[in-house]
Amino acid sequence: MEEATDRIARPWGGRTPYGRHETWPARVDTFLAQGVDPSAVQRWVQSASILHSDGDAMDIAVADGRMVGVRGRDVDRVNRGRLGPKDLYGWQANASRDRLTRPLVRRDGRLVETDWDTAMDLVASRSRELLDERGPGSIGFYTSGQLFLEEYYTLAVLARAGIGTNHLDGNTRLCTSTAAEALKETFGCDGQPGSYDDFDHADVIALYGHNIAETQPVQWMRLLDRLEGADPPRLLCVDPRPTKVARHATVHLAPRGGTNVALLNALLHETIRHDRLDRDFISAHTVGFEELAERVAGCTAEWAADICDVPAARIEEAAELVGTTDALVSTVLQGVYQSHQATAAAVQINNLHLIRGMLGRPGAGLLQMNGQPTAQNTRECGANGDLPGFRNWQNDSHVADLAKVWNVEPERIPHYAPPTHAMQMYRYAEQGSIRMLWISGTNPAVSLPELSRIRSILTQKRLFTVVQDLFLTETAQLADVVLPAATWGEKTGALTNADRTVHLSEKAVEPPGEAKPDLDIFLDYARRMDFRDKDGGPLITWDDPESAFEAWKRCSAGRPCDYTGLTYAKLRDTSGIQWPCDEDAPEGTARLYTDGISWAHPDLCESYGKDLETGASQEVVEYRSLNPDGKAMLKAAAYLPPHEEPDEEYPFQLTTGRTVYHFHTRTKTGRAPQLRDAAPDVWVEISTEDADRLGLAEGDLVEVASRRGALHGRLRVTGIRPGLLFVPFHYGYWDTGNGSGPGPDTPGRAANETTVTDWDPASKQPLFKTSTASLTLVERGDGSPSPAPTTTASAPASAGAARPTEGGEAAYTAQVPAPFPHGREEGAQ
Amino acid sequence: MNGITLTLRTLHRGERHLAHDLVTVAERHRTEHEVHHVATDLAGWSREHVRRLAEVAAHRDVRLGDPPGTSPDGLFATLREKASEAVVHRPEPGLLLLRDLRELHVAAAENSLHWEMLAQAAQASRNSELLGLASACHPRTLRQMRWTNTMVKNLSPQILNSL
Ligand code: SF4
Repeated sequence: MEEATDRIARPWGGRTPYGRHETWPARVDTFLAQGVDPSAVQRWVQSASILHSDGDAMDIAVADGRMVGVRGRDVDRVNRGRLGPKDLYGWQANASRDRLTRPLVRRDGRLVETDWDTAMDLVASRSRELLDERGPGSIGFYTSGQLFLEEYYTLAVLARAGIGTNHLDGNTRLCTSTAAEALKETFGCDGQPGSYDDFDHADVIALYGHNIAETQPVQWMRLLDRLEGADPPRLLCVDPRPTKVARHATVHLAPRGGTNVALLNALLHETIRHDRLDRDFISAHTVGFEELAERVAGCTAEWAADICDVPAARIEEAAELVGTTDALVSTVLQGVYQSHQATAAAVQINNLHLIRGMLGRPGAGLLQMNGQPTAQNTRECGANGDLPGFRNWQNDSHVADLAKVWNVEPERIPHYAPPTHAMQMYRYAEQGSIRMLWISGTNPAVSLPELSRIRSILTQKRLFTVVQDLFLTETAQLADVVLPAATWGEKTGALTNADRTVHLSEKAVEPPGEAKPDLDIFLDYARRMDFRDKDGGPLITWDDPESAFEAWKRCSAGRPCDYTGLTYAKLRDTSGIQWPCDEDAPEGTARLYTDGISWAHPDLCESYGKDLETGASQEVVEYRSLNPDGKAMLKAAAYLPPHEEPDEEYPFQLTTGRTVYHFHTRTKTGRAPQLRDAAPDVWVEISTEDADRLGLAEGDLVEVASRRGALHGRLRVTGIRPGLLFVPFHYGYWDTGNGSGPGPDTPGRAANETTVTDWDPASKQPLFKTSTASLTLVERGDGSPSPAPTTTASAPASAGAARPTEGGEAAYTAQVPAPFPHGREEGAQ
Repeated sequence: MNGITLTLRTLHRGERHLAHDLVTVAERHRTEHEVHHVATDLAGWSREHVRRLAEVAAHRDVRLGDPPGTSPDGLFATLREKASEAVVHRPEPGLLLLRDLRELHVAAAENSLHWEMLAQAAQASRNSELLGLASACHPRTLRQMRWTNTMVKNLSPQILNSL
C-alpha cells in the first residue's frame, strides 16, 4: 500500500487484508491542507464525523486557531484510523467565506443583518403571541441529523415540556425512521441489535438497498479488506444499480422498484420450505411464526420473479446463500427505507434473522442502518417523533416517569397522539394550523419531496419561519429569521452512530463572526421564554454541553439507551463506546439480545406496534395478548403494488440517492473543492438498453419530468436496471443563478422537484424511490461526458466514455498501516 | 339458508359501498397524502371482498354484482380532486376530513358486524366455505376500522383546536 494516494480517484484507499475472526488492522488516514507541514500542527482535537452515519473517529488538526486537516483515530473500534472522502475533505467548508456570521431578519421582504438580541426577541415574542392566540399546536420544530445529542435533548425538553407542542421531528425522518420503526415492530424497542464488529466474523453479508460503498465508505473498506483476506465473506446485494457492492457480490438481485416485500416474502418462503430454521430459537424467543409461515406460503420464487422481474433461479440462489450460512449479517438502508412498503420490507429482514436464529452472537447480526450521522441521537432524545429515552407515549407510567425527570406534571407533556411526523407538520403548516416553524440544521427546500409544494408552504405570509444554519441555504433564503450556527469543530458535544457507538466531538476552533453553537441558541430561547418546572424553578437547568450531557444521562437511566456509565472524561480516554453503558456494562455493550429479547415486554416496550400496511396503531390490550412475555414479534406483510406505476406518459421508474462525494443538500460537501469537483452537477443515469432504444448517448442533456415537476441533467449510460432512471438527490440551487429554486434561466436541478408526496404509513418516511417519470432530449451532448463520477455506481457502461474521476495533488492523502492497538474489539477498550 | 343469503347480500352491498366510499374519500382528500394513498389501498381490500362474496354466493346460485371500478364516477372525481387542490391552504377541509373518516369507520364497523354474523351462522351450520370466507375477510375489515380510528385519533387534536 502506497503511503499517499488520491482519495477522490480511489475513494476507499489501499487494502489491509485480514482473515475471518481476525482483528481488522488499523490504517491511519491523514489529510492536511496543501502547504501545511505536519510539524506545523499545534493541536489535534478529538472528534468524529457528522457527514455520514459511520461515526468515524478523527482528530482535527489546528494551527494558529484554524482547522488545517484531519486524521483518523487508530484507537477507535469503528474506523481504526480510516476516513472516507467526505471526512477527509468536508471540513474545509467550515472556513468558507459565505458562512453566516450575523443573524438576519426579514424587513420589507428582504433579509437584513441584525444583532442576536433583536433576532431572538423577535422569535420569542412571536412564540408568545402564538401561544396566547392559538396554543402550543401552532408551533413546530424541524431539526436535523447533524446536531449533537445535547442539542437534541435540550430541544426536546423545550419543545415538549416548555412550549408543550407535539410537533417536533428531525430530518432523520427522511433517512432512518424506518430503521427505528422496524426495530420497534420486531423487538418492541429501538436500538441496533448488532455491531460493526460483526463484519469481522460474518460468513454471508446481505446488503438490502444499501450501497455501503458510497454511504458508509469506511465500513466498505472493512468489507474490501475481508474480501482480500482468508475465508472472505460472500455478499448478497439487492440493488437496481451496478454498485461496487453489486460487483463484489456472489448474488446480485436488481428488482423492479417498489417490490421489496415480494422479494423478501419469497426469501422467507424458501427458508421455511427448505426447513432452514432454528426451531429452538423460534420457540424460545419469538411469537407469530405460524402466521408468518401461513402468510408466505404462496410466495414462491416464481411468484416473486414475476413481480420483481428477476429470474426465479437467482432468488433461489439468494435464499440458499442467506439460508444455509452459520453467520449472517444483514444491513438495510434507503433502497428499502425510502421505497414502497418500507417498514413491511425492513421487518421481513428482521424475520429472516429471527427464524434462522441469527442474532446476538459475533457474525450473526442485524444492522438497520441510519442515513444521517446523528440520527440515533434524535431517536433516543425524542427529537424525532418519539419520547426521550425510548419511552412509550401510549404508556402512562412512561410519561409519568419522564415528567418526574423533568419535574413537570405529566399533562404538560403532549401524549394524546404520536408525536407529529415531519410530513404531517408541513401539511399542518400548509393548512395554516402551524404558524411558526423553527428549522435547525436542515434544508427542506431541497430535501423534501415535491419541492414546488414545499416552497409554496415556506413562502406563505402567515407562516413565521426561523432557520438556523451555517449558510444561506435554499431554505434560509425563504425564512423570516436566520440564525447563524456554529458547527462541528466549533462546538462540543456527543454523537452516536448507527451501531450505538457514542463519540465525543470537541471544539477545535472559534466559530466565524457571531455564529453560535445550536445549544446556546436553544438555551437562549428557553431563557427568553422563561420556561418553568412545576415548582417554579427553571425547566432547563443546564448551561453548557457537559451539563446537558449529565442531564440527558438522568433521562436515559434505566432505559435501553442507558448512558449513565459514560462521562466526557471517559469518552476522551477511550474513544467510542457503545450504549447501553451503565454500572453493569461499564465498557459498553457490543450486541443487544445476546440473551433473549430484553425490551419487548408490554410494560417496558417503546411502542405497541402498528399495522405494517395501514399504519394503524395497536393498543396495549392487543399487544399484551399477542406478546404477553415480551418476545420478538414475527410480523407478516402482504405485497401491495406501488402507488405509481409506469404508463405511456411516464414510462420510467425513477429512483434517487446519495453518492460517495456528496452529503445531504451539499451545504458542506458542495463547498469542499475536492468533493465539489468530483461531482459538480446533477446527472441522470439510464441503462444501455434504454439509451440505445431511444437513441440517446452519454452527455446528452435531458429533461426528467414527473407529475410534480422536472429537472435537467446530462445523461450517463450505465449498467442500471432497464426501465429505471437514477438521479443523485440533494443538488439544489444555492450555487446556481437563482438561489433558492428554479427560475427563468435556471431549469430544475433538484431530484425532489419530481418525487412524489407519499410516505410509508408505519414509519412515515417519505418515499424517494418510487416515482415514475418521462425522459426527453433537450440538447445533444457536445462530446463532453456527464458530470457523474466514474469511480462509483455511476461508472459508465463502456469504459472510456468519460475521463476518470480524479482529485489530483489537491486530494493527496496519507495512509499509514498500523496495528489496531487493542487486543479485543468488543465494547470499549 | 335464506338468512345466510341475506347476509351475503348485505355484506356484498356493504363492501361495495365501502370500496366506493374509500375511493371517493381518497380523491376528495388528495392533499391529505396519507389518507389519499392508504384509503386507495384499503379500497382494494373491499373490492376483493366483493369479488369473493360474489364467488361464494354463485356456488349457492345467487348472483351478486362485480366490484366497483377504481375511480367510480370520473367527472365528479375530477371535480372533487380540483376542489381539494383549490382549498389546499385552508383549514376547514379538516372538519370534512374528520367527518369522512368517521363515516368510513362506521361503514367498516357495520361490515364487521355482518362478517361476525356470517361466521357464527357458518359455524352453526358447519359450512366450511363460508367460514373460510369470513375468516379470510373479517380481519381486514377490522384493520380498516383500526386505521380510520387511528387517523381520527391522530388528526383531531390539531384540527379541532385550530378552527
Ligand atoms: S443524504 Fe438526505 S436522505 Fe440521505 S441520509 Fe442524508 S439527509 Fe438523509
